[in-house]
Amino acid sequence: MADGSEKRRTLRLKTPVTAADIAGLRLGDVVYLDGVVYTGREGVYKRVVDEGVELPVDPAQVGNVNFHCSPAAAVRDDGSYNVGAVTATASFRFAKWLDRWFEVSGCKIIIGKGGMTSEAYRKHFVPQGAVYLTTVGYGTGALLGRGIKRVAAAHWLEDLGIAQAMWVFEVENFGPFLVESDLAGNSLFERANAEVAKNLDRLYEGLKPPALHRYGETDERKDELI
Amino acid sequence: MIPTQALQGVAEQLMAKAAIEIPDDYLAGVKAMADTEEGDLSAFVLRAMLENYEAAKEDRRAMCADTGVPRWYVKFGNEARVDGGPVALEAALRRATATATHEVPLRPNRVHPLWRTDHNNNVGINAPEIEYSFEPDADWVDLTTVHKGGLFGTDYRMLFPGDGIDGIKRFTLDTLIAFGKRGLACQPAIVGIGLGGSKDICMTLGKQAACLRSVGDRNPDPRVAELEMELKDLGNSIGMGAMGFVGSSMVVDCHIEVGYTHTGGMPMSVHAFCLSSRRATARVHADGTVAYRSDPQWFTPYMRRETVEWQTVQKSGARSA
Repeated sequence: MADGSEKRRTLRLKTPVTAADIAGLRLGDVVYLDGVVYTGREGVYKRVVDEGVELPVDPAQVGNVNFHCSPAAAVRDDGSYNVGAVTATASFRFAKWLDRWFEVSGCKIIIGKGGMTSEAYRKHFVPQGAVYLTTVGYGTGALLGRGIKRVAAAHWLEDLGIAQAMWVFEVENFGPFLVESDLAGNSLFERANAEVAKNLDRLYEGLKPPALHRYGETDERKDELI
Repeated sequence: MIPTQALQGVAEQLMAKAAIEIPDDYLAGVKAMADTEEGDLSAFVLRAMLENYEAAKEDRRAMCADTGVPRWYVKFGNEARVDGGPVALEAALRRATATATHEVPLRPNRVHPLWRTDHNNNVGINAPEIEYSFEPDADWVDLTTVHKGGLFGTDYRMLFPGDGIDGIKRFTLDTLIAFGKRGLACQPAIVGIGLGGSKDICMTLGKQAACLRSVGDRNPDPRVAELEMELKDLGNSIGMGAMGFVGSSMVVDCHIEVGYTHTGGMPMSVHAFCLSSRRATARVHADGTVAYRSDPQWFTPYMRRETVEWQTVQKSGARSA
C-alpha cells in the first residue's frame, strides 16, 4: 500500500484556535483537535441567520470550531447522551449563511464534508481569517466518535431534533481532518479537480452523444456542480 | 410458523451489524484498492477508512454517523408462514428500526420532506421502505437491512437503443465524475446500474444491484458480466480516487441488473454504495433457527426468470454468484 502520509504534516491544535494556528496551516496538512467543538448546520443557521434568534450559548464558551455534523446519537432515559459515530455532511449548501454566521459566532474553522468553492473561501472565509478542514473518507465516523470525551450540551434538541441540534463536544485527539482551504482562499479539492480534468477529454473520446439531450446548467465535465 | 417476536429481535441485531461491521467482501475490495492506489492523498484516505472499520468493530459503534436511510428487503420462501402475517412482520421491522436507532445509536435521519418533522427514530410515512421478493421451495424468511446514504451518487436517464453501449458508458462517466468530485459519492463505491424496466423499476434494479450483491459477484449473463467489468475499469480509469483526489480508486465493483423494457427505450440508473457499504442479512427458518450473513443473495435465478412459467424442479437454491 502506498503509505500516503510521508508527504503530510500532522498537527494537533487546541481550541479555541489562534490566528497563528490558522496561519500555520498548509493545504493537505492532517489536523487533530483538542478542546471544544460544536455542531451547526442548516437548522441552526436558519434560526440564527434568517430568523435572528440569539445563539443559545455565549460563543466564547464553545470555542471557534463549527462542525457541519449530525451525530449518530441518542438521549438516554436519564437525560444523558449516547454518542456513537460522528461524520460530516456536505458543506457547499451552507455557504449562503456564512457571512452573518462568522460575525455572530466568531468561528475560525469550519469542518465538514467536501469543502466549498475557492470563490466562497475568498468571499466568506478569507475576510474573517477562517479556514475549512474536511473530514476524511467519507467518513471516519468511529474514529471521530472516539475523540469525543464528553457532550457538554445539546442546544435546541427539542426544537430541531437530534440531527439538527447544536451539540457541544469536548474532544481529545479529534480527527483526522485535512486542511482544505488556506488564508489565501485556495482549495485542495480544486487542485485535485484541475489534475483530474486533464484526463477527461480522453475518457469521452469516440463515445457518441445520446440521441436525446437534457436541459441542464452544464455539460462541461471540467465544471463542478456545487 | 415463524414467531414475530423472534423476527423483531433478529431485525434489531441486523440493524446493529449493518451499522457496525463492514462486510468482508467490500473490505477485501477496499484493501485491494489501497494496495494499488498510487495517489498519495487517495491512499491516505483509504488507510484512514481501514482504521475506521476496525475502530467501529472494536468499540461497537456505527462506522459512519450518516447511517443513511435504513430500509428493509424481505425474501419470503413460498412455504414460509409468519405469525400474524405480513402486517405483523412490517410492525416488527418498524419497531426494530426505531429501537435500534436509539440503542446502537443511529442518526435519526428520517424527516418529513416539507415540514422536516423528525420522530428521532427513522420511522415515518413510507419509512423505512420494505421491499419484497419470493423464493420457491423454501420455508424460510430472509431479512436484509441496508443503510445507504441518500444525497449523492445516483442519477437516472432515459437512453434509447441507438445510444447503445456508448450511451451507457457516457452516462456512467457523467454520474461518477459529477458526484466523484470532492468525494460526494463517498467512493470507492459499489456501483449498481439498472438497465431497462419501467422508469421506477430501473431505479429499483440499480439500487438493488449496488446494495444487494457482494463484491466479486458477476451477472449470470456472460455478456452483461463482461460489461460490468468494462464499466468498473472505465470508472477506475477516470483518474479520480477517494474524496476526488488524484488516483484510481473509484469503483470497487460494478453490478448490472436488467429488466425487459419498452421496445423504444433503454432507461438507465446509476447508484453508488459508499465507503460505508452497510448491509446485513439473516435467514430465519421455520423452526426458529437463525443464520446471519453479509451477502443478501437477493438475485436468485427465480428473481431473474424470463419465461412465463417457472419450473420448481429447477430448484432455485442456487445463488446469484
